[in-house]
Amino acid sequence: MPRHLISIEDLDRAAIERLLDRAESFAEVAGRDIKKVPALRGRTVVNLFYEASTRTSSSFELAAKRLSADVVVIRSVGSSVEKGESLKDTVQTLSAYDPAAIVIRSPQAGAAQMVAGWTSAAVVNAGDGKHEHPTQALLDVFTLRRRLGSLDGLNIWIVGDVLHSRVARSDILAFTRMGAHVTVCGPPTLIPRQIETLGCNATSSLDALGEADVVYVLRMQHERMRESFVPSLREYTARYQINDRRLRPGQLVMHPGPVNRGVELAAATIDSPQALIGDQVKAGVVVRMAVLYELLVGSPVLTAVA
Amino acid sequence: MTPDRLFAAPRPRAEMLIRNAHVLDPRSGLHEAHDILIRDGRIAEIGAPGALPVSDLTDSVDATGRHAFPGFVDPHVHLRTPGHEYKEDIDSGTAAAAAGGFCAVLAMPNTDPTVDNAAVLGSLVERARREARIPVGFLASITRGLAGDELTEMADLRDAGAVGFTDDGRPVVSAGMLRKALQYQRLAGGVVALHEEDPALSGDGVMHEGAVSARLGLAGIPSVSESTMVARDGALALHEDARVHFQHLSCVESVQALAAARQAGARVSGEVCPHHLTLTDEAVLTLDSRFKMNPPLRTEGDRRALIDALRSGVINCVASDHAPHAQHEKEVPFEQAPMGTTGLETAFAALYSELVRPGALTLATLVERMTAGAALYELPTPTIAVGQPANLCLVDLEAEFEVGEDGYASRSSNCAFHGRALHGRVLLTVAAGAVAYRRPMLVAFATPSPANGSGAVARRQER
Repeated sequence: MPRHLISIEDLDRAAIERLLDRAESFAEVAGRDIKKVPALRGRTVVNLFYEASTRTSSSFELAAKRLSADVVVIRSVGSSVEKGESLKDTVQTLSAYDPAAIVIRSPQAGAAQMVAGWTSAAVVNAGDGKHEHPTQALLDVFTLRRRLGSLDGLNIWIVGDVLHSRVARSDILAFTRMGAHVTVCGPPTLIPRQIETLGCNATSSLDALGEADVVYVLRMQHERMRESFVPSLREYTARYQINDRRLRPGQLVMHPGPVNRGVELAAATIDSPQALIGDQVKAGVVVRMAVLYELLVGSPVLTAVA
Repeated sequence: MTPDRLFAAPRPRAEMLIRNAHVLDPRSGLHEAHDILIRDGRIAEIGAPGALPVSDLTDSVDATGRHAFPGFVDPHVHLRTPGHEYKEDIDSGTAAAAAGGFCAVLAMPNTDPTVDNAAVLGSLVERARREARIPVGFLASITRGLAGDELTEMADLRDAGAVGFTDDGRPVVSAGMLRKALQYQRLAGGVVALHEEDPALSGDGVMHEGAVSARLGLAGIPSVSESTMVARDGALALHEDARVHFQHLSCVESVQALAAARQAGARVSGEVCPHHLTLTDEAVLTLDSRFKMNPPLRTEGDRRALIDALRSGVINCVASDHAPHAQHEKEVPFEQAPMGTTGLETAFAALYSELVRPGALTLATLVERMTAGAALYELPTPTIAVGQPANLCLVDLEAEFEVGEDGYASRSSNCAFHGRALHGRVLLTVAAGAVAYRRPMLVAFATPSPANGSGAVARRQER
């Protein structure tokens, strides 16, 4: 394992599999009455959230607590960040508490990487701007591997606003590393030029959606209409909504949440057995436990240094 | 009477004998070893090595193995004065220029307040006359406050010393406004220099739009944002028979638009920056804010096209677009960081190392393009010739150094080349007849120069 988890590029296939195996072992713990292990007892994990988040923030907090770490959660609202403190000063202040790990969510691409340069703690990227969201990708791979055994040879379509999606970028990298073929699909205004250089196909038509084993649906944000990326929600929904009419039986549906019911996904599809959305949320805690564990105790070298 | 357009603090006139330098001046045709005698700030004699007598009264520099070039001219720098002296001021900015071998620089008007009236320009001129280590010229803004909707008093500003006009940092968005400025140029004179960018296409872009921006999830600035404006303004320049200079061209499409406008008969010129000639958007994969500038670093294909254009003369000159920012401003995530890299201290070394040494450009062409900015702005071109004011620099092409290892003369350190190993160290700069920079330890006394290579010894000492 690397010292930090900033990008899926930090991980090769073997490292991803090791993390997923570790997550499997924690999934077993999650089934017990007492869901805690003492792995990080006496160590501190700081969660620094500069952006609104429900599931990422809560699952990281729960993950650290189930590993028996002391957890400090800092949100930009109500902290000195609001008073204009720079990221560097905030990180250096928090580093004085000698945390074992800093988990950071930021609206700025590259924020996690910068933090890693300012602290001796292990840094976990919990989403940086539109750049990457590596733990989301890991839990997506975990969810698929649990359901299907392997991603090798799988056709995965990622549908929607790829341009503004950090999830899409991390997923393309993670899915392809695990042997899947990825196609991104969305309105031409929301597919970045040269996205194919990441190793995926790109299309603006859902015509060939039938080839997909998995349809990964991205959140469509309302502000994109105001910015004229799509002319109207009505047209977007008509052209790109994933619903029972477009899906064939047996295709699996995923979504990183939060879902706009009836926009990118039809309500009935969300609640159908084809949807893995609930599994993804559940995987969030065990995968993040595995990330913290592997970064902080997993490597013998790191243990020796610690 | 024409007003002065370059201003510097008074400095003692150089009295110096530069011995056995390889003199390279593409305009005077010199390309071999010579002694150069400077008396009273002028080039008094140029002779064969050893031909000029060493006098006790004259500073004597052994330049064996070193090159003497006409002093470089940078038509595009930001001295951040008035208003942002914590980034740079006239003293520190001209110190950086002198350390880079420059004997004249032209400062941009996007300061606080903007250089948009004769009073602000007058105070800058006065300040340059107190502080500037090398001559500085000033461009005034085309529109008041760079707002794009009212012309400045261009004629008045010319009388107060403006070399030309630019809203650099921003485009003149309205074609109608630019057209009026080009018409008014017939009265005021002065070059109209343009930062070309269509804000509607740039949007909130922070880097070149392409494979790297797709990978990083950063908003992109497409090349057409620049090239469509070059095409538009080339057409306006032709229509008004105006003299227009395109600043910091960054992409192949802009090169084509410039060539087409000139071909059609427009009086247009262009400049290119060292970072666009040597770096690409791949550098941004590091998310290091040193690589954030506007226009952005583009692709390898663009870089190649810019080199070709500089070689062929489609692009006329090199400009550093020296854009200092304080450390705390750049030490933030990429999207939040201000645009710009410093460049005065590295321009020659970067281009010599990355273009001349690999054979993409001859040394003579590089020297020509690093001095051509003067004539474009109707200023005298530095020349190594008897009777000319001494404007030259002495460079050790073999000396390798790591950028930033000794700190910077600039007040800021946001240099895109920071940490790079480059060849071509400036040892001495004489600007407007006065010594403006001398690398510490440069052997400055009369030493015998036996054939066994005292140059090598001196180089070792300089480190």
